[in-house]
Amino acid sequence: MHAPGSEDNPLQVAVVGSGPSGFYAAEALLKCGRTVDVDLIERLPAPFGLVRYGVAPDHPKLKEAILTYEIIARLPRFALLGNVTVGRDVTVDELRAHYHAVVFTCGAEADRRLGVPGEDLPGSHTATEFVAWYNGHPEYRDRHFDLSAEVVAVVGQGNVAADVCRILAKSADELRGTDIAEHALDALAASRVREIHVIGRRGPAQAKFTNKELKELGELANCAAQVDPGALELNAESRAELEAKANFVSAKNVEILRDFASRARGGKPRRLVFHFLKSPAKLTGAGRLQELVMVRNRLEGAPFEQVARETGQIESLACGLLFRSIGYSGVAVAGVPFDAKRGVIPTRDGRIVDAAGAPIPRLYAAGWIKRGPTGIIGTNRADSVASIKSLLADLPALPQDSRMGSKGVAPLLEARGVRPVSYSDWSAIDAEEVARGRPKGKPREKFTRVEQMLACFERVDQPAL
Amino acid sequence: MTTIVTDNCDGCRFTDCVTVCPVACFHGDEKMLYIDNDVCIQCSACIPLCPVHAIYADDDIPEDQRHWIEVNAERSRALPAIGDKQESLPGAEERKAALGF
Repeated sequence: MHAPGSEDNPLQVAVVGSGPSGFYAAEALLKCGRTVDVDLIERLPAPFGLVRYGVAPDHPKLKEAILTYEIIARLPRFALLGNVTVGRDVTVDELRAHYHAVVFTCGAEADRRLGVPGEDLPGSHTATEFVAWYNGHPEYRDRHFDLSAEVVAVVGQGNVAADVCRILAKSADELRGTDIAEHALDALAASRVREIHVIGRRGPAQAKFTNKELKELGELANCAAQVDPGALELNAESRAELEAKANFVSAKNVEILRDFASRARGGKPRRLVFHFLKSPAKLTGAGRLQELVMVRNRLEGAPFEQVARETGQIESLACGLLFRSIGYSGVAVAGVPFDAKRGVIPTRDGRIVDAAGAPIPRLYAAGWIKRGPTGIIGTNRADSVASIKSLLADLPALPQDSRMGSKGVAPLLEARGVRPVSYSDWSAIDAEEVARGRPKGKPREKFTRVEQMLACFERVDQPAL
Repeated sequence: MTTIVTDNCDGCRFTDCVTVCPVACFHGDEKMLYIDNDVCIQCSACIPLCPVHAIYADDDIPEDQRHWIEVNAERSRALPAIGDKQESLPGAEERKAALGF
C-alpha cells in the first residue's frame, strides 16, 4: 500500500465546521493534487455557517459566496456530515481513530462580555443572538427581544454592529423581500424603535466599519444618520493617522461621518446616532434595562497605538434594549486544547499545540477558532490555505496505514441514533426553502427547526405509496 | 455594483487581494489584475488589503479611473483566474514608495 494521499490509500480528513473556513479548507485539500477524502462535519443540517446565519438578509449579494461553496461541495471525494455534533455524537478521539487528520474550523460562537454591572439585565443581549435570531438559526429562533423599546443602544462599531443597526432601522417593508426569518419579520413589523445609538470606545478615526457598511447607514429610507459635529473633532494623533496614505479606509470613514454630521434630519421616523469615545460603565433598571450609564474616554498614545482611557465624566442614556457587539470568542471543543483568555484553539502555523506549545499530531485549526474573529468572509480563505499547507507538509509524519473515514464513523452515529445529513439531503432542504419563499417573493423561507429540515428528506426516503 | 482594479496595480501586482477573495474573481496578466464582476460578490474585503489602494468600488471610483470598469470586464473574461498570492513585479516596492504609500 502507498502512503496516505494515494489512490489505494486516500488521505482521510475530517473538517469540523461548515462555514467559510471549513469550505476553504476542504477546497485546499481537494485541490492539492493528491487523493483526499474530505468529510465536512456540521452540527446543523444546513451548511455554510455565518454566510447563512450571520450575513444580513438585506445583503443577498454577499450570500452568493454560497455559489462558490456549492462548487466545492460537488468536487469528487467531498462529503457533508450534517446534523452531527463533535464532542456529543462523535468524540475527537473517535475522529482521530478514523481519519488521518482533523481540522477544526468551528468559528467563534460566543460574544465577548462588557464586564460591567447590570450586563445580564433583561433587555441586554449580545448582537450574535439577535443576528442568529433574524437569520433563523434553530438554536436562537425562540429568543425574544423587546422591540417595544423606543430607544436601543448598540455597543461596538464594527460591521456586526452596523448590521444590527440597519435591521433595526429598516421598515418591515424594506426587509420583506429578503430571506429574513418569518418570526423576525413579524416581530420587527411591530417594532416601536425610533432611536438607535451606536457607541464606540475610541474615536471616529478608529471605528472598524468598512466604508461600504458605514455609507449604507446613511442611505436608509426611514432612518436619519446623525453625528454631533463636535464628536468629529480629532486629536493630533488621530489626524496623523488619517494622513497616512495607507490608512485610506479610516480616512474615508471620517469623511462619510462628516457628511452625516452636515445633514439635516429630514422627516425620517427613525434616527441612528453615532457616539464616540464612550464606554458602558453600567446598565441599570428595575427588573429590566432602563438606563445605560457611559463614561467618556480620551485617547492616549502614539498614532496607531492609541488606547481609550476613561476620563471619569459620566453620561446617561435611557434605553430599553441593548446589544453588545464588541467581538466574539470561540467555544472549547471537548478533547482539544483551548486558550480561554483569547477564546481560540492555540495553534502554531495551523497545528494545534498543547499548553507547552508542542504540536498535537494530526490536529489542525483554521479560521476564527484559530486566529480570533477578525476579517471578513474571504480573509478565511488565505487562513485555511495556510493551515492545510502545514497539514500537507506533515504527510510523511502521519500514520501511513489506511483509515476508514466516514465508513468508520457511520456505524457509531447509527448506534447513537444520529442520522447524518449528506449534501444531497441538504439540497432537498434547500429546494424546499426556496419553494416556501416563492409565494412571498422571498429568495427562501428558512426552516428554523431542525425537525422541519430533517423531514424534507426523510419524506423523500420513504417509498412512495 | 462594481469593484475594479485601477492604475496603481499596473507595475506592482502585489496580489494581496487574491488571498482574501472569497470567490476567486481576480484574473491577471503580466502587468496587473482585473476583477470579474459577474463573479465578485462586492464584499470589499480586497479594498483595504491593497498596499497601493488600486481597488475601488462604485461611487468611490475616481472620475479619471472609470475607464477601468470596461477594461476589468474585458480582461477578466480573457485571462486565467489568479487564486494564490504571487511575487510582486520587480520594482513594485519602488513604485509603491513613489505613489506615496
